[in-house]
Amino acid sequence: MKVSIFSTCLVDLMFPNVGKAMVEVLERLGCEIDFPASQVCCGQPTYNSGYLEDSKLAMKNMMLAFEHSDYVVGPSGSCIAMFHEYPAVFKGDPQWELKAISLKNKSFELTQFIVHVLGITDVGAHLEGIATYHRSCHMTRLLGEKETPFRLLEQVDGLRLEPLKNSDNCCGFGGTFSVKMPEISAQMVDEKCACVAETGADILISADMGCLMNIGGRLSRNGQSIRVMHIAEVLNCVPAAQGGRSL
Amino acid sequence: MSLQTDNRKFSERTAEGIDNPFMRSAVSSAQDSLKTRRLSAATALGEWEEWRKAGQQIRQHTLKHLDYYLEELARNIDRRGGKIYFARTKEEASAYIGRIVEQKNAKRIVKSKSMVTEEIELNHVLLEMGCEVTETDLGEYILQVDDWEAPSHIVAPALHKDRKQIRRVFAERLGYQGDETPENLARFAREVLRQKFLEADIGITGCNFAVANLGAINLVTNEGNGDLTAAIPKTHIAVMGMERIVPSLEEMEVLDNLLCRSAVGQKLTSYITVMGPSAPGEADGPEDFHLVVVDNGRSDILGSEFNDALQCIRCGACLNVCPVYRHIGGHSYGSIYPGPIGAVITPLLGGYDDYKELPYASSLCAACTDVCPVKIPLHEQLILHRQKIVEQGRTGTADRLQMKTAARVLSSPSLFGKVLRLANPGSRMISSRGRIVRGPAIVRGWTSARDLPQPVRQKDSFRSWMENRKGGSGN
Repeated sequence: MKVSIFSTCLVDLMFPNVGKAMVEVLERLGCEIDFPASQVCCGQPTYNSGYLEDSKLAMKNMMLAFEHSDYVVGPSGSCIAMFHEYPAVFKGDPQWELKAISLKNKSFELTQFIVHVLGITDVGAHLEGIATYHRSCHMTRLLGEKETPFRLLEQVDGLRLEPLKNSDNCCGFGGTFSVKMPEISAQMVDEKCACVAETGADILISADMGCLMNIGGRLSRNGQSIRVMHIAEVLNCVPAAQGGRSL
Repeated sequence: MSLQTDNRKFSERTAEGIDNPFMRSAVSSAQDSLKTRRLSAATALGEWEEWRKAGQQIRQHTLKHLDYYLEELARNIDRRGGKIYFARTKEEASAYIGRIVEQKNAKRIVKSKSMVTEEIELNHVLLEMGCEVTETDLGEYILQVDDWEAPSHIVAPALHKDRKQIRRVFAERLGYQGDETPENLARFAREVLRQKFLEADIGITGCNFAVANLGAINLVTNEGNGDLTAAIPKTHIAVMGMERIVPSLEEMEVLDNLLCRSAVGQKLTSYITVMGPSAPGEADGPEDFHLVVVDNGRSDILGSEFNDALQCIRCGACLNVCPVYRHIGGHSYGSIYPGPIGAVITPLLGGYDDYKELPYASSLCAACTDVCPVKIPLHEQLILHRQKIVEQGRTGTADRLQMKTAARVLSSPSLFGKVLRLANPGSRMISSRGRIVRGPAIVRGWTSARDLPQPVRQKDSFRSWMENRKGGSGN
C-alpha cells in the first residue's frame, strides 16, 4: 500500500523523531512510503485566527502536494481534522472543491489508518511502563476518532494504561490561543499536569504533538519528570531483532 | 443589570477570575457534577443524537418561519384575552413594562429568573420608578441580596458562590443565624419570598418557549417560583426573546426534554408549566396577561451567518463543559451571557467595540459544540467571529503582520525551508539544553508558562531525514 507521509510542520521543525517513528512503523506494517516535499502546513494557525483568505494559501499548497497520493497519513488528529474541513472552506469553489473532497477522503490520522485501513491492532510493540493517554480535542471531537489509539495501546506488550481524570478537558494548547491568552491557557495546562501526575504514570502518550508540546513544556517547567511520547514512538518500540528501535 | 456587567478590560476581568480560588473551586465542582448528571440523563433517554437532530430541526424550522409563528402566537394570545407587545429595542421593552406598572399603580413586583429581563435592564427601570423588586429564583435572590451582583451562569446565576459565601451574604444582609446547609439556607429564603409573592402587585417571568398554536408560554423551573410569580399577582408579564417559540406542544416536548437533561441532568425539572391568559371564570391565575416579545438585535442575526446561534435554548450545557469558563468564571466575560454561547451572542448583541476579545477566549476544543442539545456549531461560530474581526481590520498591526507572514511561510516550501535553516541557529542564544525558557516577544506568551523545545538543526529535521533515506524522497 502506498502511503504519503504528512509530517505536519511542527514535527518537521521540532519533533523529527515522531516522523521517523511513524515512517518506521508504517514500513514495518508493509506500507510503501513517500514524502511529497512541497508540503508545509495544513493552514490551521491562520484559519483558527480568522485569517480565512490567507489560510487558503497553505491549504491549496497541501491539496497540490498530495494530489497524486493514494493515502495521506499524518501523526496529528488536529492537522488531519483541518484537512477534513477543507471541503467546507472551498465549498462552491469550482477549481478547488473537488480537490478538497479528494484530500479529505484519503487522509487519515496515523492510528486511524493502522486500525481502520490496515486492519491491524497489534503492531508488535513492547514498552515497559505505566502510561496515561491524553485525548486531543480535535482528534476526538472534530475528527471523531475516539477509540483507535486505545485499540493499539492495549496491545503494546508491557504497557499498563491508567485512566486520566477529566480527560475531556482541553489541555489549553489551542494553537495561537496558548500565546494569545497565556494566563488562561496556563491554568488549563496546570490542571492537566495535575491530573497526569495523579495517575502515577511515568509516560504520557498522545496522538498530537501540539498538546504534548504544551503539556510537556509545562511538566518540564514544573520540574515534573514524566516522559512524554507520541503514540508513533510507542508503537515503534519493537525489539531490534524485528528491525525496530528498542527503548 | 444590562448586557454588559463589567466594563473593565477583558484581561483585568480574567486576571481577577483566575485569582479567585473560591469561585474556581465552586465552578469546577459544579462543572464536574453537572457534566456527569447531564451525561447520565442523556444516556438514559437513549438515541441522544437523534434527539439532538430533532431539536436542531425544530429550532431551524421555527427560525426559518419565525414571522409565521410569531403572528400565530399573537393571534392566539389575543384570542385568549391577553396582550402581546413587540419591542424592537430594550428601551421599548422596558418602557412598555414601565407603563403597565404605572397604570396598575404597582409598587411591589416579584420576578422569576429571566435572562432577557437582564438584557433589557428591567430591574434598573423598575427600581428607578420606586418599585420594590424581588428576584424569587434562589440564585438570583442571593445575588440581589448581595448588592445586585451580576449572574455568572445563565441557568445557575450564583454558581460562583459556595454555601459558606451564601451563608455570609444572608447573615450580613438579612440577619440569618442558621448554618450553611443548603436546606436551611433555602428554607430561610423561602420564608422571606413567600410573603413577597402574596403581597406582589405584578409578577414578571421569562419564557422558556412560547407555544404558538396555544397562545401560551412554557416555564421550566425547579423551585416553583415561576408558577407563583405568574399565578398569584393580579398581573402577569412574561418577557421572551423573539426567537424562543415552538409551533405546538409536540415540539415543546422535544425541547423540554433536551433542555432539562442538558441544563441540570434531570428527566424533567420539578415544574413544567404551560400558562397564559386566564380563561373567563377560572378561579386562579392573573387577571391581566402581557407577553413582551423582545427583538433587541435578534432580527439582525436572523438570516445572517450567525443564524444558528439563535437556536440556543439557554440550557447552559456549553458553560458546564467549557475549560475556559472553568478557570475564569462567568464574570470574566463581562456579559450576562457568559461561556461559549455568550462569546458568540454577546458580540452580536453588544458589538465588537466592547466584546471583541470574547471570540478568542476559547481554545476551540469544541466541547461546547459536542454538548449543545440543538447542535449549534459553537466553535465554528467563534472562528466566524474571528474572521469578521479580521475583515473589519480590528486585529491590530502586529497581529496582522504576524499572521500574513505566517500564511506566506506556511504555504511555501522554499520559505519554510529557510525557517528550517535559520530556526536552530537563531534560537541558540536563548536555548539551554534544548529548551527555551524565556522566548522573544512572539512566543513570550508561551514561555511565560511553559518551556519550548528548541527547533532542530536543519540537517536533523524530519524532511532532511526523509530526503537522505534511500529511495525515501518523493516527488
